[in-house]
Amino acid sequence: MTWYDSFLQQFVDGLVLGSFYALVALGYTMVFGVIKLLNFAHGDLYMTGAFAGFGGLSLVSGFLGAGWLGIFVAMLLAMLAVGCLGVVIERVAYHPMLGAPRLSILITALAVSLGLQNAALAMTGGQYTAFSTDLGFGGFNLGNLFLSYNQIVLVTTAAVLMIALELFVSRTLYGRAMRAVSIDKDMCRMMGINVSAVIAVTFFIGSGLAAAAGTMAGAYYGSIWYFMGFLIGLKAFTAAVIGGIGSITGAMLGGLILGLLESFGTHIPFIGSEWKDVFTFSILILVLVFKPTGLLGKSEVERM
Amino acid sequence: MQTINRTDAPATGTRPGKVRLGIRDVEAFYGQIQALRGVSLDVHEGEIVTLLGSNGAGKSTTLKTISGLVRAQRGEVQLEGESIAKLAAHEIARRGVVHVPEGRRILRGLTVKENLELGAFTVKDNALRRQRLDEVYELFPILHERRHQDGSLLSGGQQQMLAMGRALMHGPSVMLLDEPSMGLAPKLVTEIMRIIKRLNEAGTTILLVEQNARLALRLAHYAYVIENGKIRMQGAAAELRQDESIVKAYLGVGE
Repeated sequence: MTWYDSFLQQFVDGLVLGSFYALVALGYTMVFGVIKLLNFAHGDLYMTGAFAGFGGLSLVSGFLGAGWLGIFVAMLLAMLAVGCLGVVIERVAYHPMLGAPRLSILITALAVSLGLQNAALAMTGGQYTAFSTDLGFGGFNLGNLFLSYNQIVLVTTAAVLMIALELFVSRTLYGRAMRAVSIDKDMCRMMGINVSAVIAVTFFIGSGLAAAAGTMAGAYYGSIWYFMGFLIGLKAFTAAVIGGIGSITGAMLGGLILGLLESFGTHIPFIGSEWKDVFTFSILILVLVFKPTGLLGKSEVERM
Repeated sequence: MQTINRTDAPATGTRPGKVRLGIRDVEAFYGQIQALRGVSLDVHEGEIVTLLGSNGAGKSTTLKTISGLVRAQRGEVQLEGESIAKLAAHEIARRGVVHVPEGRRILRGLTVKENLELGAFTVKDNALRRQRLDEVYELFPILHERRHQDGSLLSGGQQQMLAMGRALMHGPSVMLLDEPSMGLAPKLVTEIMRIIKRLNEAGTTILLVEQNARLALRLAHYAYVIENGKIRMQGAAAELRQDESIVKAYLGVGE
């Protein structure tokens, strides 16, 4: 393999990883947009989504099989279930805290995160659960580059979800209302927009996307466990910040950049792959030094 | 000066039309501070009613209490005889009470067109929404010209037009206008006032809060003067306007 082929291979791996990061980062950034909360429980919704997808697959694999069709249906079920869970979490844990100081609601988010992790820990005993599928390892060669069907389906699904979200937010009236809520809630109320309902829909979509990523990651890597949301939660947060927190396109871009960096970071000559996180977080620091609002973020200048 | 009623009792005179919006003995607080100490006023169908007073007298708070952004602790707010005091702000807006707030509050990062369309968020009929958009563009051609620009980058006068256009998209039963002339050059103030008059002639009922008392009294049919959270005076605008001492004593320098 030439240097160039290896570069391409890592590019593909990076796209897969970046798709997961981007899907999770979207929820971070959307929730931050509407209620200015860093939802530290978001990574755990990804984990919960993986388990929900696993449960969904065992429900449908009897008649749909455990191939992509079964996994796709399981993913939709997981998105629905975790989306609803996200709405419940917002109602029960965050909504009563919206008037409280910013720090209180942040601590609430940490509590929700621990709650979800420990619920999963209690149910699985801390063991890895095998997410077995019939996906196989098929694929094809493009020159020296090997593309697996799984990678293609996964990246395509992620792309479709993200494009659908982008269209929803930029083209529909409800999507615009979502952007409006992130700008000025009282003005939205004066226009007759039910702000609480918009916040609930935002949580539903954000949590649903995390569940989609969780199910796909479970199917792709073949095992899931209660702690799988922690690191990706941090990474997705990083991705959202790189892209500019609050910006939907920024979260997608940040996720992809982070995935690619990490993939290349594992193959830097003379440096072991265990340094990849140091590499990625150094990039985060560099971005923040030169562009504190993130790549696509706008500075929050209050007009008087 | 019999028509000028120096109490805060509801007016009983000879105003045309039915009462569209009525508030009675409303008290409201910001934390421990009482902003409204029993405000009563009526807005009749088809009227421009102006609420005058100095800074901090409770003008904006009165509007916010009507639109539900501030809760009335005591008293009643009625739209066409039905109580709306307990409703959430977005439900009050859905009944047609549309508040154009101080400072215009144009949604930053959204285009002029997007701002307008959100004004009609509660209008489910697409054809009606398009028709209203055309009407607003006809009324404010500049908004049509600038429709793809970020609304928050318009000039102050254009932002005021956008804010009013956004309210019209909603199809308001009552429009609450808070300081539409604030920060505008005199020429633009005249333009905005002309538009308010035109809107009213086309059938919009308006409650106008202004610091520029002379201007507001020229425009309005009926006026209330608020001081320290209480209505001090009310009467036909034409009458109040003629009493120079009242204008000076209660309404500051004006123009």
